Amino acid sequence: MVSSSDSDGDSVELGEGEVGGRRVGRRAVLGMLGLGAAGVVFGSKVQGAVDRALRPLTLKDRTGLTSYLPGNGRFRIYSVTGSSPKRTTEEYRLRVDGLVERPADLSWQQLRRDLPQTRMTKDFQCVTGWRVEDVEWAGVLVRDLLDRSGVKPGATHLRFWSFDGTYTESLTLDQARRPDVLVAHEMLGQPVTRDHGGPVRLYVAPMYGYKSLKWLDRIEVVDHLTPGYWEDMGYDVDAWIGRSNGRDGADEPVG
Amino acid sequence: MSAAATRTVDTLAGDRIVRFDRAERLLHWSTAVLVLALMATGAVLYFGPLAAAVGRRGLMKDLHVWSGLLLPVPLVLTVAGRWRDGLRRDTARIGRWTADDRLWLRSRGQSLALRSGKFNAGQKLNALFLASALPVTLMTGSVMRWFGPFPDSWRTGATFVHDLAAFGIWISVTGHIAKAVSEPVAMRGMWSGWVPEAWAQRHRPRWHHDVTGR
Repeated sequence: MVSSSDSDGDSVELGEGEVGGRRVGRRAVLGMLGLGAAGVVFGSKVQGAVDRALRPLTLKDRTGLTSYLPGNGRFRIYSVTGSSPKRTTEEYRLRVDGLVERPADLSWQQLRRDLPQTRMTKDFQCVTGWRVEDVEWAGVLVRDLLDRSGVKPGATHLRFWSFDGTYTESLTLDQARRPDVLVAHEMLGQPVTRDHGGPVRLYVAPMYGYKSLKWLDRIEVVDHLTPGYWEDMGYDVDAWIGRSNGRDGADEPVG
Repeated sequence: MSAAATRTVDTLAGDRIVRFDRAERLLHWSTAVLVLALMATGAVLYFGPLAAAVGRRGLMKDLHVWSGLLLPVPLVLTVAGRWRDGLRRDTARIGRWTADDRLWLRSRGQSLALRSGKFNAGQKLNALFLASALPVTLMTGSVMRWFGPFPDSWRTGATFVHDLAAFGIWISVTGHIAKAVSEPVAMRGMWSGWVPEAWAQRHRPRWHHDVTGR
């Protein structure tokens, strides 16, 4: 028997046939751990490059399988209830009520026809890290909906309700009046799919993704703040990208 | 040598050789249950159609995070306790890259001149990969879960690395299970602890020689 001592002093006895060879284990594992740590720091740049390299492939791929390759900027489907709730465009209604002069109850057709349409191409950034660049959005600015219904004096906040029965969100009136806060009926160049929160969802461009409520059912104008679903889980109410949820705005923007 | 006197692993008992001691088997199977739970819940969190079908993201995330946090516990208990003898012997073997391992890789395990030790090169690579990839997912998963102190670019990087490592782990674990199913004697060795001496002589001749002297 030959005794082979590990560097921490603990000795292991192995048969002569097995102690030969180079001791590579520790170095291999430490090397991989270092690579992982480097990936955390520089990974977003690598991912950007991988995403651009994969894009010709994913655009041509009709099965959609290539979109699941790591590094591909793609949406993760978050659904907080049993499964994606379903509502067809025919049965869809959007209610705007609360502290307004003229409460509204709009069909999907009305939303597309009777209100000013706004298009924008902007990124979607999740607070946990994943991001999708250059997403095409189309819909109606929350501002235009508010102007149509007429906000009563004393109103300060909006409360958004999802028809999944659980998901809620909030914005201040000033935040909601920004020109990049949208009630979206199109996303990624097509009608918003059920899994992405269709037929109609919220898109709050300057904030982390959890503010962009899915399966939008009702916009209630109120005079107080009620934190939404994810805020109850500990996320910030004012979810400015890079300036909330632990960040103070000093970071370089991603991308 | 008191350790050798009380040691049962790597010893001959009748026509059986003790391949893994109880601590190693407990470690293997408790880790296996946690890794399979992580793979299942991870798949639900990652694949859109699965995520949409299962929903309950909060529950899936909690199960995933808790399985991840528990993952190092069996290992720490094994190393901290007085039951690490078998594990230390086997990690020392796995960390060594021998001429037989190079031959195994070149011949894809087919060379007749091959005399494998207790673990062949494929098993060593699999173990080394998992021993690095699992801590990497634990680290990056922690950045994703407790993201507060980290800039968005780190969060994005952690997500990217976590996805890549998870893909590797899926391939590695699936391959590991497929090989185990195709060689039931070896799999039973991890369940019961022993393998028939004849199997060791045929498949792991260098280990067999060291244990039996034959």
